[in-house]
Amino acid sequence: MPAGSKPDKPLWTEEFSVYASEDKFVLRRQFTKFLVLTSFGMLAGNVWILIKSLVRRPRTAFPELAIGRASGIASGEVKLFNYPTANDPCILVRTPSGRLAAYSQKCTHLSCAVYYARAENRLECPCHEGYFSVEDGSVLQGPPPRALPKIELETRGEQLYAIRVVENRARI
Amino acid sequence: MFGREFYVDPSRCIGCRSCIAACAECDSHRGVSMIHVDYIDRPNSIATVPMVCMHCDEPTCAMVCPADAIKKGEDGVVRSALKPRCIACSNCVLACPFGIPKVQLDFELMMKCDMCYDRTSVGLKPMCATVCPSQALSYLPPETIAENRRGHPVNDFRFGNEDVRTMVSMIAPAEAAAIAVDVADYMWEDGNAGRQ
Repeated sequence: MPAGSKPDKPLWTEEFSVYASEDKFVLRRQFTKFLVLTSFGMLAGNVWILIKSLVRRPRTAFPELAIGRASGIASGEVKLFNYPTANDPCILVRTPSGRLAAYSQKCTHLSCAVYYARAENRLECPCHEGYFSVEDGSVLQGPPPRALPKIELETRGEQLYAIRVVENRARI
Repeated sequence: MFGREFYVDPSRCIGCRSCIAACAECDSHRGVSMIHVDYIDRPNSIATVPMVCMHCDEPTCAMVCPADAIKKGEDGVVRSALKPRCIACSNCVLACPFGIPKVQLDFELMMKCDMCYDRTSVGLKPMCATVCPSQALSYLPPETIAENRRGHPVNDFRFGNEDVRTMVSMIAPAEAAAIAVDVADYMWEDGNAGRQ
């Protein structure tokens, strides 16, 4: 009999229905089964990720991208660009010391966009307050597990080029 | 299931108790029979009736269970009490109008006829219907019953004002529409009340 065919039924008939198909009560055994299957699922997912990361080859060929004139960026200024593809946002900063540094804009924690905080002279991720050094991209504080990938730059005359993404080995 | 229904025909029962023996053979409850062969009026007659669970549409046994241990499955079969839940309180034993559930005190568990759902779900007959020599218990297509029996199947029982509809049918005399049971008629303690 479908539930609710008698609106004046007492509550217990709904909560502890005598019809197995309407039973909502979860048995210990069912719950344990759910836990076991879920943890097996987690294990399988982790093994899959591990295998994928072992098989993955790091990218070796990078395009060159003209970012702009090196003199066009004053000290403490920022320029955003996409490199190596249009889906990889990057940030170019001229530090107060006058050096040009470019990093991937994706926070290594959960890929929020980092921005340059001029007052503190550091790259900040607003999502979980992960801070990166603007000098070498290393993690200053917060949850990010790795330093920001560095974009290698080259100046040809006045023109500034991004030539390569290098995995940042800077210590956290 | 598989176009077959369960029928109990008390007029055919010869009291051989094959059904009891067959029921107790089942591996899922070996040694414990879940079928009862009852004398209807022992002082005056040797007539017997085999009682299997009638699998009521609204099972009273399950309704009164305080531990939520008795369930009616999607196949319409009212199962034995779930072992982790049953507290052997005997509410179902007292509540069932057909006197089917019995509490096994050894295991503190109510066990009752479950129409051998392990067999019927794969197209086999229940154990008792398989062995019944007079087919007082039969698991057959309704057409076969209509052809071969004098009575007609009834699955509507009246206990006073309580109307109980069941999945299992009882073969009643041709003129009976519903089987009315006056419980007081069957009380042994009451002397000969209702028995003229």
